[in-house]
Amino acid sequence: MAVAQQPQEQQTQSKIPTKRIILWLGVISLLVFCLAPALWQLLTSFKTNDAIATIPTIYFPNLSELTFNHYITLGWNFLRYVFNSALVSVISTVICLGVGAPAAYTLARLNIPGKQIILSCVLVVSLFPYVLLFLGLLELVKYFGLGNNYISLIIPYTAINLPLTILVLRSFFLQLPKDLEDSAKIDGYRTVPMLLQIVLPLTLPALVTTGMLAFIFAWNEFIFALTFITKDEMLTIPVKVAQIGGASVYEIPYGPIAAATVLGTIPLILLVLFFQRRIVQGITAGAVKG
Amino acid sequence: MTTLQLENLRKQFAPDVIPVKDISLSVEDGEFLTLLGPSGCGKSTLLRLIAGLEQPTAGAVKIGGNVLNDIAPGDRNMAMVFQSYALYPHMNVSENISTSLRLKNVPQEEIKRRIANVSEKLGLGHLLNRKPSALSGGQRQRVALARALVRDPEVFLLDEPLSNLDALLREQVRQELKELFKSQNKPVVYVTHDQTEAMTLSSKVAVLLDGIIQQLDPPRRIYTHPANKFVAGFVGSPQMNLLTLNCNQNKAILGDYGFPLPQKGQSAKMIDMGLRPEDIHIATPEDELTVEGHVFLEENFGREVLLSVKVKGSDQTLRALIPPDDEWDNENIKLGWSHRQMHWFDAQSGERIEAADSPVLAS
Ligand SMILES: Nc1ncnc2c1ncn2[C@@H]1O[C@H](COP(=O)(O)OP(=O)(O)OP(=O)(O)O)[C@@H](O)[C@H]1O
Ligand SMILES: [Mg+2]
Repeated sequence: MAVAQQPQEQQTQSKIPTKRIILWLGVISLLVFCLAPALWQLLTSFKTNDAIATIPTIYFPNLSELTFNHYITLGWNFLRYVFNSALVSVISTVICLGVGAPAAYTLARLNIPGKQIILSCVLVVSLFPYVLLFLGLLELVKYFGLGNNYISLIIPYTAINLPLTILVLRSFFLQLPKDLEDSAKIDGYRTVPMLLQIVLPLTLPALVTTGMLAFIFAWNEFIFALTFITKDEMLTIPVKVAQIGGASVYEIPYGPIAAATVLGTIPLILLVLFFQRRIVQGITAGAVKG
Repeated sequence: MTTLQLENLRKQFAPDVIPVKDISLSVEDGEFLTLLGPSGCGKSTLLRLIAGLEQPTAGAVKIGGNVLNDIAPGDRNMAMVFQSYALYPHMNVSENISTSLRLKNVPQEEIKRRIANVSEKLGLGHLLNRKPSALSGGQRQRVALARALVRDPEVFLLDEPLSNLDALLREQVRQELKELFKSQNKPVVYVTHDQTEAMTLSSKVAVLLDGIIQQLDPPRRIYTHPANKFVAGFVGSPQMNLLTLNCNQNKAILGDYGFPLPQKGQSAKMIDMGLRPEDIHIATPEDELTVEGHVFLEENFGREVLLSVKVKGSDQTLRALIPPDDEWDNENIKLGWSHRQMHWFDAQSGERIEAADSPVLAS
């Protein structure tokens, strides 16, 4: 054995450096490619106005070119918009999962007539570009007098996210072993406790993933938020950021905009980092087979 | 005293999908009934009907005379072991085992006592705090068994519980199962497509095909008196020789040879002859029935050699299990067997034809 392994080891040893280098080159270029715009915003948000305006661009500012002022000008008021965004996003995500998960389970497990038709409808709706709904929705919002009401955002966000949620969760339920549910029934679980105590814990990773997608969409959505809400204290972050203006039409306050963008993104990042741990890969491992 | 009874059970999923057609049987306390059949013959469906996971299209499931059709699976007091084990992945072993007891509000001390009891019996003591994902296949299988045993149910249902184990482990667990369920003294319904399991474990075997019981008998009798061609071919390894032969005046013709038909005055033109490879040997002078032929395939199993022999004057093949120390000539081998070891089946219906002179054994 030992003799046979030696040449192999040598081979792998000589291969590792080139492989490693290529790997890390790839990782770094991918990171730069993806993160450059975000890092640029982060940098801008800490640079003084003079430093921002300087050409050639300052990539590595010294201490005198750094400032917290942009954040300070935003003030505590900005938290109000964070709150608005959070409220709308959380509620629409929760409703989306609360409605989508049972629907997906039903479509995965029960034999209901017209199931295929329902599924293809869901698929078609999810393919529909949501901006096209905009005018119709605007009429509806006007008709029901929902303007300047969080509901006017919560309902469309929920509706737009639902089809994808249903499709993703359904395919998740489909691959969940049915034996588990049968076994639970034999153990004496009633339907609802079975769903809550056996199916739900196993579904958490999928719920977190789809929930996160729904949340991010709601958090970043702009057009609806811009049109359906006009009261300043109810604006969501993307709209507020776009409205940050300078003293004159010709002055674009890059610093505060960057600071607002960063502040608006931090909750998302925290959320993703927090839930990333919950997405335990292969939580069903060990349920079936050997 | 519990008796599990099935009466004219039928399950139809779609107009042309009827995995269980018309099944009636009963299993008493301490009886071990095995449902044996090829894949897709409706074994699992039948078991799920008994457990209440499927509603029968017609017929009834009874325990001790009470019809269970409208009783939820959880209230039937039956324990089921699934082919895939179906352990709850988010619960540790002791939670997995005790779920059903907790749901029935069994007192905490009693639960503890029972877990300790069953985990000692199955050697799970040191695994109680592990999640199923941290167990080996054999250990998972034990947890699944423990989950059934701990409930002290009225009926045990097992769906191919050994099919995910490797061959050695399977043999070992098979013996344990046998002892385990003997001590339980409850009706056991066991599904398998493995005939060794069926033969070794059960007190009764029901051979299923196309949703119908082909034969319901003790394992020994299934082997010695297969009720029809399907059972004959399905039970026994290597498979029984089944040859369709022409008949000619009281004789079935195989190549240059003729064998007396089982019943006098038989009018059919064709008949099926069955002969187990292990019943054939190298002919000795005393043999009543012999054929000659040449060996065209030799498979060595170690303990025995399986010879495939083309019979002289015919293109039909007989397979014979011969001890390897026997001597034979590949070009011209002479095989022998006795009358008693022959099985006859109607060529049309496949039903067994009892030989007139052989006494019908009462089982
Ligand atoms: N819910 C269902 N809907 C429609 N057809 C079904 C359903 N469940 C089982 N069947 C069909 O019934 C037949 C018997 O299935 P079953 O699971 O009982 O087979 P089995 O004997 O257990 O086979 P195996 O040995 O492979 O487990 C199969 O043809 C299967 O396709
Ligand atoms: Mg099966």
